[in-house]
Amino acid sequence: MSRPRADKPSVATYADHELISPPHKLRRAMSNAVASGADDQVARAEQALARLSGEFSTWMEEEGERLDRARNAVKTAGFTTATRDVLFFAAHDIRGDAETLGYPGLAVPAESLCRLIEHTRDMRRIPMTLVDQHVDAVRAIIREGSRPDAEQTVAVLTRRLREVTDEFLARENRDRPEELEDILSPAVAPGDPSL
Amino acid sequence: MIRIDFSALRFLVVEDNPHMRRILRALLLGFGSREVHEAEDGAAGLDAFNKFTPDIVIVDWAMPIFDGLEFARMIRQPDTNASPFTPIIMLTGHSERKRVMDARDAGVTEIMVKPVSANALHQRIVNVIANPRRYIRTKSYFGPDRRRNTTPGYSGPERRKGGRVDLDRLHRSSADN
Repeated sequence: MSRPRADKPSVATYADHELISPPHKLRRAMSNAVASGADDQVARAEQALARLSGEFSTWMEEEGERLDRARNAVKTAGFTTATRDVLFFAAHDIRGDAETLGYPGLAVPAESLCRLIEHTRDMRRIPMTLVDQHVDAVRAIIREGSRPDAEQTVAVLTRRLREVTDEFLARENRDRPEELEDILSPAVAPGDPSL
Repeated sequence: MIRIDFSALRFLVVEDNPHMRRILRALLLGFGSREVHEAEDGAAGLDAFNKFTPDIVIVDWAMPIFDGLEFARMIRQPDTNASPFTPIIMLTGHSERKRVMDARDAGVTEIMVKPVSANALHQRIVNVIANPRRYIRTKSYFGPDRRRNTTPGYSGPERRKGGRVDLDRLHRSSADN
């Protein structure tokens, strides 16, 4: 048998699958050098992020306005595939940006709105009042969230929004046990072997 | 301790949100990377992938029209794509188990649940370089070996069948190169 070449994948073949060892091309970027304190890559990246942080409040205000426009489009045109998607992506981006941009309290209502949109089988059944409550909560947190007394109010408000949404989704999906299990299953925590 | 020379790596960031793209670029440049390409959707990402042949792709899951899962499936096409083994780090705002499994089944190498942080991103990049995974090809899947851990006490059925036929046969698509 010939030795596999370093720049080619080697393949072990089994009855129903192949096990492939690709060439390790990225080895060229590895070294065993010990990082000095002045050359801490993570610290340098955090500093780069800190230099951007002056723009974060403006960015989040823009995201809140985008969500508001998406909500108004739904009110004007009703829930269509297009208006639903615009609303979902606006909420989804806030969910993703929230903590990085310094608004951790926004993650729960934004995620709750995503779940409401995503897991309601017939989008015409999504209660507009519940959408309004989510969007208004997000905008209020962006506007007032830095106030010292806001943290507890935000926590209570967003927890209640999530509960009401989950109750609605449980009713809407009561005849879909597998979907319901996915909806109500706990999130995978960082460090889970599946990640 | 393994240290990564980021200046030797070429990144592609596929993300529809301009704010998150700026954050990811800032982090990668902060790590020391000098080459970071960006695309704002899956289709543009595929073009950029073919044009720049990145070493590592960072892709958002949820994007309009052509999402991160579809993007990953298109990269993991060993018969049509010249770089099917490129590590893919997928960002997602959601961490439901089903989503994680869907990403895994699309051939994603690492999944990173937002919020994005310098430490979490650095760890994922170090992991794909320092601990490269073997790949599996079946009738319905091509991508990193989804079995990350072995369970010594496992007594269930073995779903992968067959004996080892040829350890050193080179991959069909590259044997003639």
